[in-house]
Amino acid sequence: MLGTIFMLALRSIRRHLMRSFLTILGIVIGVGAVVTMVTLGKATTAAVQEQIAALGTNILQIRPGQGFGRGAGGPAPQNFKPADVTAIQQQIGGVVAVAPQAQTSATAIYEGANWSTTVNGTTNAYFQVQPWPLKSGRTFSTAEEKAGKAVCIIGSTVEENLFRNTDALDKRFRIGGISCDVIGTLTTRGQAGFGGDQDDVVIMPIKTVQRRFTGSTDIRMILVSVDQDYSTSRVQASLTSLLRERRHITSDEEDDFNIFDTKQISDTLTGTTTLLTRIVAAVAAISLVVGGIGIMNIMLVSVTERTREIGIRLAIGAVANEVLMQFLVEAVVLSCLGGVIGLLLAQLVIVVATPLMQVPWTFDPEINLFAFLISAAIGVVFGYFPARRAAGLNPIDALRHE
Amino acid sequence: MAETPLISLRGVVKVYGSGPTAFQALKGIDLDIMAGDFVAVMGPSGSGKSTTMNILGCLDVPTSGTFMFQGHRVEQLDRDQRALLRRKHFGFVFQGFNLLARTNALENVELPLLYRGDHRTQRREMAMAALDKVGLKDWWDHTPGELSGGQQQRVAIARAIVTEPTVLLADEPTGNLDTERSLEIMELLTDLNQSSGITVLMVTHEAEMAAFAHTVVHFRDGLVDRIEAGHHGKAPA
Repeated sequence: MLGTIFMLALRSIRRHLMRSFLTILGIVIGVGAVVTMVTLGKATTAAVQEQIAALGTNILQIRPGQGFGRGAGGPAPQNFKPADVTAIQQQIGGVVAVAPQAQTSATAIYEGANWSTTVNGTTNAYFQVQPWPLKSGRTFSTAEEKAGKAVCIIGSTVEENLFRNTDALDKRFRIGGISCDVIGTLTTRGQAGFGGDQDDVVIMPIKTVQRRFTGSTDIRMILVSVDQDYSTSRVQASLTSLLRERRHITSDEEDDFNIFDTKQISDTLTGTTTLLTRIVAAVAAISLVVGGIGIMNIMLVSVTERTREIGIRLAIGAVANEVLMQFLVEAVVLSCLGGVIGLLLAQLVIVVATPLMQVPWTFDPEINLFAFLISAAIGVVFGYFPARRAAGLNPIDALRHE
Repeated sequence: MAETPLISLRGVVKVYGSGPTAFQALKGIDLDIMAGDFVAVMGPSGSGKSTTMNILGCLDVPTSGTFMFQGHRVEQLDRDQRALLRRKHFGFVFQGFNLLARTNALENVELPLLYRGDHRTQRREMAMAALDKVGLKDWWDHTPGELSGGQQQRVAIARAIVTEPTVLLADEPTGNLDTERSLEIMELLTDLNQSSGITVLMVTHEAEMAAFAHTVVHFRDGLVDRIEAGHHGKAPA
């Protein structure tokens, strides 16, 4: 019997194509909007997470100063010293690698090509702290680090702009008044989460940078990678007390340095994009409900318009339940059809939009299934009332209806 | 011993509304209809003939009185039971044809079989056979809009007889047709009555059409006025 009713519903939909199309338009747009928004939102979240993962997780960045927005003015806080790095390495548990960094900017020159870039002085620990594989060459030797040799590893932006398309490895170029040998090149890392090209960098042993560029043993930043088994917040606390002691900060004074947890940033950004996704999805969900009301509206009109038809069906022996089921199935079939079209539309929009938004293409079976089930539920809920009205008609009155 | 009537009404009263505005459409109808009869029901507007037909067709229930069908009391059946009885025993032909629009003749004729739950191939076969009986086999794929009034009524008759009902109820089947088409429809009904043995109950205004019936029942003011013999299926000279 359900098969027959299903067929009757399909026939009726086919006979009123235009009306059926208008009926489901709301559902199409609603489902399409919800799926598109949620998928793009999730893709954005994934993209943000990926960028942060590229920075490395479980990394603490220690900088002098009080961090964002606090403690402006006053004397510039003092930089870290090499002894601080040694102290961290020796006294803090759960630390895998500690990479000091001394930064400056300089212009690199090679065969008439000029390129202004960042010079980053650090140690091999830098490549331990964060995953950044070499494309070719090698990292620093212990001798090179100790002696402060003029050797460098270059980022892909520098390689492209300074050496054009030639192989940069083992070439010698001038930078900030010294000659420097390229011992390694780095793989492309891409844009940082906050803008800025991470690949526009020349990495040298920290001693080289301190001696030849900055002229002091100051360290601008210390990167600490934390063992997976240790809590970053616990390590952060030990670091804080160690550094407060070393920097002679009394208990009533604020820290004159700040420790940044990349995991924290990751969580914050992920939280933000997830929240935004939810808000947009909620707005889209409203359009789904409006679509459902549209179905009810047109089904009600359709019941009035088809009163005579219902009268005929009742007269030739349809029981009330069969008429109810026919209209209900019609509503459900329509809304499911709308749901499917909406899903397809959403996939189309996602395929077009993801490259434009520079986020990875994703297919989320959960949200697709969810939106489809919602569309079916809308059919049941908003189809029931008109269907009950149709089934309750008196056949004599219905037949007389003009 | 007298044969049990197919349909038997005793003291049937139908009141519409209640209180001071109540209107008594039927004031106590006694009527027997034998199986295989061809009955024409006549009478002026408001005489109660349509109300009687609605009750006979199980579309409506009497306020009081008894309605026996094949020896069973049916006046107390509920909505769905009456629907099932209609499905099994009654075929309806209306003045306004009442075919489903944008639906071809075959699908219209199939409709009662759908509710009966017949299989597709059987439905097709039976519907085509019914269309053949009314002479519209070649028109099966035409929608009502593409058929003349007479053809539409013949499709409606095919729909009414496709389930091989016991009773065919026709409410002014020729009311919307010209004389020539009307006579064709009457001949068709007469033929169905004679060859298939279907009991035909027909409401009509026109004596010319009533003359095709075996029995003519005249209604007046909610009562059966008189019953007379028709011309036994022959058109008047």
